[in-house]
Amino acid sequence: MNKVVKNVEEALIGIQDGMTLMIGGFGLCGIPENSIAQLVKLNVRDLTCISNNAGVDDFGLGLLLQQKQIKKMISSYVGENAEFERQMLSGELIVDLIPQGSLAERCRAGGAGIPAFFTPAGYGTEVAEGKEVRVFNGKPHILEEALTADYAIVKAWKGDTEGNLVFKATARNFNPMMAMAGKITVAEVEELVPAGTLDPNFIHTPGIFVQRIFQGQKFEKRIEQRTTR
Amino acid sequence: MALDKTGIAKRIAQELQNGWYVNLGIGIPTLVANYIPEGIDVEFQSENGVLGMGQFPLEEEVDADLINAGKQTITVKKGASFFDSAMSFAMIRGQHVQLTVLGAMEVSQNGDIANWKIPGKMVKGMGGAMDLVASAENIIVAMMHSNKAGESKILKECTLPLTGVGCVKKVVTELAVMEIKDGAFHLIERAPGVSVEEIISKTEGKLIVPDQVPEMKI
Repeated sequence: MNKVVKNVEEALIGIQDGMTLMIGGFGLCGIPENSIAQLVKLNVRDLTCISNNAGVDDFGLGLLLQQKQIKKMISSYVGENAEFERQMLSGELIVDLIPQGSLAERCRAGGAGIPAFFTPAGYGTEVAEGKEVRVFNGKPHILEEALTADYAIVKAWKGDTEGNLVFKATARNFNPMMAMAGKITVAEVEELVPAGTLDPNFIHTPGIFVQRIFQGQKFEKRIEQRTTR
Repeated sequence: MALDKTGIAKRIAQELQNGWYVNLGIGIPTLVANYIPEGIDVEFQSENGVLGMGQFPLEEEVDADLINAGKQTITVKKGASFFDSAMSFAMIRGQHVQLTVLGAMEVSQNGDIANWKIPGKMVKGMGGAMDLVASAENIIVAMMHSNKAGESKILKECTLPLTGVGCVKKVVTELAVMEIKDGAFHLIERAPGVSVEEIISKTEGKLIVPDQVPEMKI
C-alpha cells in the first residue's frame, strides 16, 4: 500500500484549529522539523500538543508556542524553554505535566487498544490527584488513561513507500509509540526508499501505523548541549 | 573540608557493583560515570533510549541523533542498544535497572524526595524522575546539604511538591553519607575534615549519629 505524499503541505492536509497532535522527539532530538515549520505556516491554533518537551525558545515546538498556537501542552519536561515556563506560570498555557514513562506508556496504550493501566509513578504526588489508586503486591499504583491524537507527527531516519520506519540512535524516543496512537500518522523521513529496500527484520515501526509518509526537505538537527571530551 | 561536586560523584561511584545497570540523572549524577572503580563492570542506561552509554564524543564524532537524557551529545560502547521510550521505562518500572542516582532539591527523613517544581517560581517538569523513584529498588540522591540561603535540604518533611514518597535509601552530600531507614537519617560517613557537629547543625531532619563516624575515603 503506497503511503507516499508529495511534500509536507500534502502531509498535513486536514489539520485544523483545536485538534490534538502528538509530536515525536525528545528535546530537539528526533523531532519532525519540516512538519513543525509547516504548522507555523498554516497558523492552526488552539492546539493540544502531546510531546515530551516543547523544544527550545526558537526551535521545535517552541516556534508554535511563540506564535501562541498551542492552548494545551501534555509533556513531561519544560526544561530550558523560557517561553514555555513563562506561559505556564502566567496561566496563558494549560500544561499537563506527567511522568515521562507514563507519557510513553499512555501513547503506547492508546495505540494498542488498552484504555488505561496502573503505574507506581507519581503515587503520593500531585500527579496522582483525582486518579484512582489501587494496591498491587503491597504497593500503591495510580490509574493512567491512554492518549490518542487526531494526528501523530513523527520523524524517522529511513522509511519506505509502505510506511515502514527505521529510527536512528536516540532519535527513536517517543516516535514509535506516537506513530501507533494517531488517527492519522504522518511520518517525515530523512530518506524515503522503495518498498523492499529495508530489511523486514529491522523495521522499528511497521507501516500499518503510518498513513502518510514524505521525505523532509532539510533537517537542521540542532543540538541542545554539544558536549565533547 | 566539604566535598566538591566531583568528590560527591567519586563517593557515589564507590557504591557501584559488578553487573549493575545504572541510571544517572542530570547534574552531579552524570559525573559518576567518570569514576567507576577498577574491576567493576557496569552499564549506564539513559531513559531517552540507550543502554551502554560511553564517554562524551570527540568533536568529529558528535551526532545530533545520539544524546543522553540531559540532551548532551554522547557516544556508545560496544554492545550498546537503542530502544524507544516505552521500552526504556519498561526497564525502569520492571526493576531491570539496579541503581538510580539523581539530584534533589529536598529529601525527608522518611525517604520522600522533591526535585521538579517550586510553585509559582520554577517548573522544570519531572521528566523520568517520578518513574525512576517509584520503581527503583536502590536510589541514591546526590545533593548539597543546604540551599544557597544556608537552609537545610535534609528535612523532617519536604516543603516542595513531591517527586516520590518513601523511596530514597541513601543520600550523599558535600558533608556526609546518610542512609534513610525507620523514619530517620543515619549518619554513615563524614567528608574528610568535616565535623559531626557541623553535619548535625546543617541537618533539619532526624539524624541518628553513631559513636564513631568514619571519614569518607575519596
